[in-house]
Amino acid sequence: MVTEALVLSAILFVIGTFGVLIRRNAIIMFLCIELQLNAVNLSFVAFSRMFGIEGQLFVFFVMTVAAAEAAVGLAIIISIFRHYETVNVDSFNLLKW
Amino acid sequence: MVSPLFALAQGGGQAAAEAGHYEPFLPGLVVLLPLLGFVLNGILALRHGRASADAVRRGEELDLGDPSSRPSTHTLPTWIGPGVMAAAFLITLVNFVRMYGAHLEEPVIVHYWTWIATGTFTVDAALQLDQLSMIMMMIITGVGFLIHVFSVGYMKEDPGYPRYFAYLNLFVFFMLVLVMGSSYALMFVGWEGVGLCSYLLIGYWFSDREKSDAGKKAFIVNRIGDVGFLVAMFLLFRAFGSVDFVPVFAEAETLAYAGGLVTAITLFFFVGAIGKSAQIPLYVWLPDAMAGPTPVSALIHAATMVTAGVYLVARSSALFALAPLSSAVVAGIGVLTALFAATIALKQNDIKKVLAYSTVSQLGYMFVGVGVGAYAAGVFHLMTHAFFKALLFLGSGAVIHAMHEAYHSTHSHEDAQDMRNMGGLKAFMPITWVTMWIATLAIAGIWPFAGFFSKDEIIWYTAAFGGAENAPYPALYTVYWIIALAAAMLTAFYMTRMMVMTFHGENRTGAEESKALHEAPAVMWVPLAVLAVLSVFGGWINVPEELQASWVGLFGVLPTSEWLHHWLEPITAQAHHIQEVNLGALSYSSPFGGGEVLWATISTVAAGIVVFASIRFVGGQKVVPVAQDESEPSGFAKVLANKYYVDEFYDRFVVQPILAASRFCWKIIDARIIDGAVNLVGMVSKGVGWGVSMFQTGTINTYAFILTVGVLAILGAALL
Repeated sequence: MVTEALVLSAILFVIGTFGVLIRRNAIIMFLCIELQLNAVNLSFVAFSRMFGIEGQLFVFFVMTVAAAEAAVGLAIIISIFRHYETVNVDSFNLLKW
Repeated sequence: MVSPLFALAQGGGQAAAEAGHYEPFLPGLVVLLPLLGFVLNGILALRHGRASADAVRRGEELDLGDPSSRPSTHTLPTWIGPGVMAAAFLITLVNFVRMYGAHLEEPVIVHYWTWIATGTFTVDAALQLDQLSMIMMMIITGVGFLIHVFSVGYMKEDPGYPRYFAYLNLFVFFMLVLVMGSSYALMFVGWEGVGLCSYLLIGYWFSDREKSDAGKKAFIVNRIGDVGFLVAMFLLFRAFGSVDFVPVFAEAETLAYAGGLVTAITLFFFVGAIGKSAQIPLYVWLPDAMAGPTPVSALIHAATMVTAGVYLVARSSALFALAPLSSAVVAGIGVLTALFAATIALKQNDIKKVLAYSTVSQLGYMFVGVGVGAYAAGVFHLMTHAFFKALLFLGSGAVIHAMHEAYHSTHSHEDAQDMRNMGGLKAFMPITWVTMWIATLAIAGIWPFAGFFSKDEIIWYTAAFGGAENAPYPALYTVYWIIALAAAMLTAFYMTRMMVMTFHGENRTGAEESKALHEAPAVMWVPLAVLAVLSVFGGWINVPEELQASWVGLFGVLPTSEWLHHWLEPITAQAHHIQEVNLGALSYSSPFGGGEVLWATISTVAAGIVVFASIRFVGGQKVVPVAQDESEPSGFAKVLANKYYVDEFYDRFVVQPILAASRFCWKIIDARIIDGAVNLVGMVSKGVGWGVSMFQTGTINTYAFILTVGVLAILGAALL
């Protein structure tokens, strides 16, 4: 049971990672990051069956942080969109030397 | 720090030795008064400097030529400077009289406080009062006072007047510390202090590049000698565990006679003396030191500071007597310097340069004296030399003063110190002329002037020492004796030449200029007169017993024979004892037979002949003023006029190599290698930073990709 859950978690995480690397739309990238986080959450829950309640506890933390991150991240993305009228990450690269 | 200073001012130290019944009278005040003068004059100098700077800012200039309009900062030093010297001299005189009546056997140590205390090593701030330091104190405060008075006239229109007196007072303070300190460490304090003041006063007119360079030269050359003094002190501490005079001399004889250690100590001390007293090879700074005001040359570079080396050897007589090799070196350097400097003086045209080389030469004689064990004779010549050489320098100061005003009156830029521009000055300044002739006869060794007795005694002892039963190098001393006699004849010649060129013959100053020539004012000629009296009678205190009954002592009329010898007996007794044990009795005859009377007669008659011959010879020569003088000396005269090219030699083989090495260190090692290494580190960081910054594309995908690759790499590494 645990093995299957972990395999699913791994598949989700890899999908999320590739999504972040390949896609150019900021919103999609953001969704993929959420996918990665939740893949991790899944493995936490799976492991809590073997090692006790702490794993589930961590899931709540991750969800809280993810919510906060979503709030800030979406706000930034909206702000960028207002400025550039696009959310394609290739079109803004000012944050460098 | 209040209490020790208070104790010093009160003279409240406790006398360590009760010998005789000598009660020191305020000895601390003798030292402290010149220091007080320095402080007061220094404050005035600072205020004066500000006032004149303000005046310049207002576009004015302080008028110092008119006595009524001089500011108080200019008039007060006139009283403070010589005033503290007069007070110090009077206190010294009281002490001298007390010591004279006490027949002191042991030195009196006046202890004030402990200066340095580390482990077993202690140095006390204490003054040593004995016959030797008393003689030196008398010379320093007495002659010093006269020179201070002379300075009032000489420097009265100088804008730096209070600064001048501040330095001069400070010099006297350090000089007194030098001779009164009870240990080599304290002596070294004075030794360095007088060097500092010498530097300050040589470069007194520091806005003139040449003069400030002369000051630097004196300072640097003296440093070379000071290293020797320091090393000698370290060796002394190693040998005796103390650098105080009393314990060192008490244990001196535990060192092996002619042993390596005592020879090393004395030779290193002598290196110090060579620097301070301008002997070969470190004499080069003294002629350049003539850049300072002339009274400074008289006080520092003739009468007192330069004789510190002689004082050092005389003070360390017990050590030098134990080291025959060192003594032979001392006398050898002395006699060579005496001859060498005398030959250079033959061809100098600057009146002060003649006197400077003459001083170097006379210092050589003093070293011959202390080198042949005649410590009292060396100190005797030191004393008489202080009289007549101070007189000569002050006299030349009066001449330069008059010449300067003469050229000033027509705004001429002729050289006021060049004797070719003088001539016939006796008509204008008779007092200076007479007093300087007295000094010239004294230095030339003409009976009965002071220099005759002192110089003759040194030459005599050179022979006597060489003829001692177990004299270490008898033939060497015969050579010394001959050279010393030859140099004495040269002295008579170049001094007479100087006098004739300056005062006799036709006046060459210029028709218009000569109207402004004048005799020095009373404040300047009175010190000359006093010194002239001392130059005549100063030698009479030490007429040798053998000579006293002969014509030289006016058949017994001249007073107290060998007074100075007996006076210094407590100081020199130990050295004479060591000498007698190891060398046996002195011969008291010349290498070529004949007694003391005969050779004294020969030397004074010969000197007299040289003086008369050179009056005729130099008087017969045609001298033309500098402006019209196109003659170039040739042959050996050229070598002499250029001082044997020693300065050029030092420049070529010492100064330039050091400069080249410094330039190499600066341009190559510092600028290229050290700075290069630092810059290289910077360049590398900058380059690496630039290269790495290329990864910062600003594109999120790049970052995400690198992040992922990185994590995978770490995981891969962990798994492997």
